[in-house]
Amino acid sequence: MIQEKIRQKAKELLENKTVDLIIGFGEGTLPLRATPLFIRNPEEVDRLIWNSFCENNLATYLHKFSQFKVGLVVKGCDARSIIALSLEKRFKPDQLFLIGVPCQRMVDRRRVKKAVKGEILRAREQGDQIIVEGEDFKTALKRDDYLYPSCQVCTHRTPIKANVVIGDPVEERSLIEAHPEIKEFEKKSPEERWKYFEKESSRCIRCYACREACPMCYCAECFVDSPNPKWIEKGLSPSDIEFYHIVRAYHQTGRCSGCGACERACPMEIRLTYLTQKLNLDVKELFDFETGIDADALPPLSTYETEDKQEFIK
Amino acid sequence: MKLKLDKKDFNPFLQSLMDEYDLFAPVQLAEGVSVYKKIDRPDEVDLSTSNPQKPAKEVFFPQSEIMFRYEKTGKQHQVTSTEGVERKRVILGARPCDIHAVSLIDHVFSGKEYTDVYYANKRNATTIIGIACDHPLSTCFCTSMNGGPFSREGSDLFLVDLGEAYLVELLTEKGMAFSQNKFLKKAESNDLNLGREIEEKASKKMDASVPVEGIEKRLDQMVESPFWEKVQEKCIGCRVCTYLCPTCHCFDIVDEALTNKGQRVRNWDSCLSSLYSLETSGHNPRSTNRERTRQRIMHKFNYFPKNFDRIACVGCGRCILYCPANFDIRQTIKEIQKGGDK
Repeated sequence: MIQEKIRQKAKELLENKTVDLIIGFGEGTLPLRATPLFIRNPEEVDRLIWNSFCENNLATYLHKFSQFKVGLVVKGCDARSIIALSLEKRFKPDQLFLIGVPCQRMVDRRRVKKAVKGEILRAREQGDQIIVEGEDFKTALKRDDYLYPSCQVCTHRTPIKANVVIGDPVEERSLIEAHPEIKEFEKKSPEERWKYFEKESSRCIRCYACREACPMCYCAECFVDSPNPKWIEKGLSPSDIEFYHIVRAYHQTGRCSGCGACERACPMEIRLTYLTQKLNLDVKELFDFETGIDADALPPLSTYETEDKQEFIK
Repeated sequence: MKLKLDKKDFNPFLQSLMDEYDLFAPVQLAEGVSVYKKIDRPDEVDLSTSNPQKPAKEVFFPQSEIMFRYEKTGKQHQVTSTEGVERKRVILGARPCDIHAVSLIDHVFSGKEYTDVYYANKRNATTIIGIACDHPLSTCFCTSMNGGPFSREGSDLFLVDLGEAYLVELLTEKGMAFSQNKFLKKAESNDLNLGREIEEKASKKMDASVPVEGIEKRLDQMVESPFWEKVQEKCIGCRVCTYLCPTCHCFDIVDEALTNKGQRVRNWDSCLSSLYSLETSGHNPRSTNRERTRQRIMHKFNYFPKNFDRIACVGCGRCILYCPANFDIRQTIKEIQKGGDK
């Protein structure tokens, strides 16, 4: 069982002092939730869990532990973030030990909640089903019908370049054919697309959960926080909010692993990943590059080739 | 005084409010996402979901509020005040936890020492129509925080959902102003009995097990505790818990200026942001998430009680529900009460 093997590996790494701490997932305090867990004592590894609720991208925590050797539990997307971060020289080469888990894709807790009437008090996985129970109901839902949007289009579920992979690799899909939603969106007129973006971003409360959940958003000072020069106001005017979201998305060009942590973190349920997915597709089409696949290939906006396409320069 | 409002009369009742007042109530922005908003049409109001994401404090203390506008033309300066409230207001559908929270931040914005005109003007102009919380969630712990799902404290009128109708209690002078509203009828004894039944059922559901007694004193001893280092680990440092908290009330004032005109704006701010405590010199006294997380907990459970003799948490559970990392304040409180170690 994957969970048991994660615990064994974590124990071994801590006992051998290969790492100072393990960052993995523990039981959440709410149904359908796991929570990031930080373990230093080999006696405590039994608190580590693995299930379809391990939704956080734990790579986002690494900046807090730059002085430590960290054993990190990673899904396919999280491992790609690690490669992207390595290319940006965010860690020393031997600082990380990646415990990779081929991902079954994570369950969208919000969609599960909306599928039933009443509060879910207990939830568990059973085979390919999610069993949810409330005060006066018990329902079985087909797990694969309730995956996160980012997980539905995932192309690299098996972690790349992990120090150890726990469980069997899974079959992958190619990037281009995996995005029917984006292809549909592209067919809309610019006005319709803008209207959609406007409507989604209008719910933003500027809590920056999308930024903080993202491992690639590590700037010591984000442009929105810079008091001098001041690039953007801090209120709720649509132009400021839209400016933030556009810049946030563009900063991810060639750097986004498509993990969807931004969207999952948003308390106002704003759709965000369609923007980064579109950028990922563009980067693939224009530069034949996918984030976090090749540990030696710099993202297109960090380098150049003489044969790079330049039709856009008029 | 106890009256009754048939649900078929609900929208006409709202319209009758809107004829006289600016009406604020929960509105769904997307499936499962709602906020308090000024109502343009009665059918926008949505009381079907539990607490909106953003708390009712927003009606009195908006997330972004213009304080005044200014303009320079030639040698003339003109300043336009925006502090007045032109029309009386009603907030409808706020739950007891959110109303409790407003009574707490009253101490800050219109307390003994200071009056913030922007807040106080709105507060004085507003009649609060609370609604009983007949389906408290498992994340609710209002009864541990001096509240309750049917607490009438702070409401001028109070609604109880009876299924086909609302029981309407008029509780204050402001509330009694509605006694002649033509949509409000006399409540029969069976309505009152049903209301009591619903109240008992909801109260039984409440998890009153979050132990806050003595927490202020305990925290006095914990300023330098290694506990904070540990408790902050999973916090990603976003502002969800503070912005969605009905009692958090920090703000930042900025000038949004063009060459010859501009406006002074007050925006919500959050102690979990590093910019919050950054000083002009470049020094930041709360330079890591450890100090910032400590500040959030300390303000609610130590500093606020010291200043106002009340805990600045009402147990609404929003910070638990919406935290991207499942930071659970109930757990934090329990750990503090055990002296900071698990």
